[in-house]
Amino acid sequence: MRKIIISFCAAALFTASVPAETVFVTLEKDNAVAVVDPVAGALIKTVPVGQRPRGIALSQDGKTLFVATSDDDTIRMFDAETLRETGKLPSGEDPETFALSPDGKLMYVSNEDDSEVTVIDIAAQKALTKVKVGVEPEGIAVSPDNRWVISASETTNMLHWIDSKTHQIVDNTLVDPRPRAVSFTADSQQLWATSEMAGTVMVLDSAGKQIAQTIKLEVQGVSSDLIQPVGVAIDKDRRYAYVAMGPANRVAVINAQTYQVEKYLLVGQRVWNLAFSPDQKRLYTTNGVSNDISIIDLTEHKVTKSLAVGRYPWGVAVKP
Amino acid sequence: MLLSAVFSAVAASKQSIKIAYLFQERAVPAALSNLDAFIQNKGQLGAELAISDNNTTGQFTQQQYELKTVVVPVGGDMAAAFNALGDDIGLVVLNVTPAQVNQLADLPSAQNKLLFDAASSDDELRGVQCRRHVLHILPSRAMRADALAQYMLKKRWREWFLVVGQTAEDRLYAAAIKRAAKRYGMKLVAEKAWDNTYDARRTAQADVPQFTQGEDYDVLVVADEQGLFGEYLDYRTWLPRPVIGTQGLIATAWHRTHEQWGAVQLQNRFKESAGRWMEEEDYAAYLAVRAIGEASVRAKSNQASAIKDYMLSEAFALQGYKGKPMSFRAWDGQLRQPILLAAPRSLVGVAPVEGFLHPTSELDTLGYDQPETACK
Repeated sequence: MRKIIISFCAAALFTASVPAETVFVTLEKDNAVAVVDPVAGALIKTVPVGQRPRGIALSQDGKTLFVATSDDDTIRMFDAETLRETGKLPSGEDPETFALSPDGKLMYVSNEDDSEVTVIDIAAQKALTKVKVGVEPEGIAVSPDNRWVISASETTNMLHWIDSKTHQIVDNTLVDPRPRAVSFTADSQQLWATSEMAGTVMVLDSAGKQIAQTIKLEVQGVSSDLIQPVGVAIDKDRRYAYVAMGPANRVAVINAQTYQVEKYLLVGQRVWNLAFSPDQKRLYTTNGVSNDISIIDLTEHKVTKSLAVGRYPWGVAVKP
Repeated sequence: MLLSAVFSAVAASKQSIKIAYLFQERAVPAALSNLDAFIQNKGQLGAELAISDNNTTGQFTQQQYELKTVVVPVGGDMAAAFNALGDDIGLVVLNVTPAQVNQLADLPSAQNKLLFDAASSDDELRGVQCRRHVLHILPSRAMRADALAQYMLKKRWREWFLVVGQTAEDRLYAAAIKRAAKRYGMKLVAEKAWDNTYDARRTAQADVPQFTQGEDYDVLVVADEQGLFGEYLDYRTWLPRPVIGTQGLIATAWHRTHEQWGAVQLQNRFKESAGRWMEEEDYAAYLAVRAIGEASVRAKSNQASAIKDYMLSEAFALQGYKGKPMSFRAWDGQLRQPILLAAPRSLVGVAPVEGFLHPTSELDTLGYDQPETACK
């Protein structure tokens, strides 16, 4: 214990006096989480967490790290400081993606093979209910106002609007084929969704639950079938949205006011997921094939660094 | 009591989409290899999985999908079975011989139905013999041959030695290979008929070197759809050359080595429900029923004509686990789709191969394009 503290202090001394955030990256093939100091640009350590870790998130208070260990059929909880396991959540089979309620009490997990969303009471470590959704649920998001839980079914091609109070599906929106990731704007007014197959990003208006904008991603010299949008993140002020484009190896920078794509930033191979730094000055991407993460400076919209982290980086979470 | 009343009220307000799956049992064919057991129910389990997927979606769209499976024994009366479907069922998935497709399509009772040919690869059925109310799910022989040719061109394996088996189907496959060779500038340096009547298992080691001797070539292309001798060519040729065609590297709609684009999820779902790997016919039946699901959800209809209109429209996009949205060619009813190039235990490539361009859809570089179609 003492040793760990000392090494952390040493790292802090070497970097700057500015308190740096910690980036956690799940390594699907290494059965581990990589711990990265992004300001120093250094991989601090790699911690084993369980079989095939994919989805990852921090609790609201930053104290607990949740990791979906898909092949163990569970979501594990870790102390975010020590990375010691503190408990397991009954996620159902093969958990991949999950979302937390804004109050930090509930977790929603996509169960891809069972066409279900499992609702978990985190404190009680108990599954409260299961919501039947479409075929192959993947992306999941809770609106910041805690009104909606959205589940995207890849084969049903639908976004399901689950009432977060009753856990009943209230409405469904048909979208472009193979919807992948969903993300709300900070004001909960808009829902952004990616279609892996059509190569599009759809912007829905939360009130009408209809598609208001469809943005087609196209890169000159990249064959259209490689344009497979996956993760999407929108900044707090809805100035920009960022979309990971999978095997197109790029992140699309979309002006979230005009819905125009302003830039395509070349990152590592097969970019899956994205996470902002707490001050939203940087964006971190996991690159599944090139085994690294890319760090994007958001004031300049430039990739500043790639950092090797281990085999098959999948999910990413940032601790202030 | 109250609960059941609520349920039936929901059921009554649902739109019902009735689909028939018509299958004629096949006689167990002679085969070279005893390794793979003959599977009688290829196709049916794919249709059943798709119905279940459709109904998962249907619970949100107030649509209910029903599958009526009709299995006719070898030699049974297919026309009678078709007529017995009645007017109530407007959508029929056929897993029958190529000759039976149009026999059924031309029945008076078929005229207002939409038929899905989920088993044939026959180019004539998509060409001069096409019918406007028949859609074809599996890639045609021409599409398969083009897929192989694109990959061979990429590898610069341009000189082909073609070996043709004895059945009519082998000759059709060979014709497709020759068409592809011409289209992609390949050179057929030799063509030989395999006419040995004895069991190749016993004699391959002696026969194949002699049979393939005397020519230089890049690849040996085999046309043996039934699998009577093709498996025994590899490693036995006079020159060390790869084998492609109906054996060796094959062009197929589906293969157990395929895992990309979410395919592993379909493979797993199928294996869990069927207890075996998904075969090409299972995939075809799955796609036919899923196409009906997709079109009926988007068109909000259970009518064959409205479903057909939507399927043939620009808006139709079927997710088939092969990375590109699939749709039907309006000129001949063929489902445009990527084709897998597979070795027995590894996926070698996917066609259209990168670099083969087309003004509207790269998928239309495979098979008969609009200007070439004989379907009038």
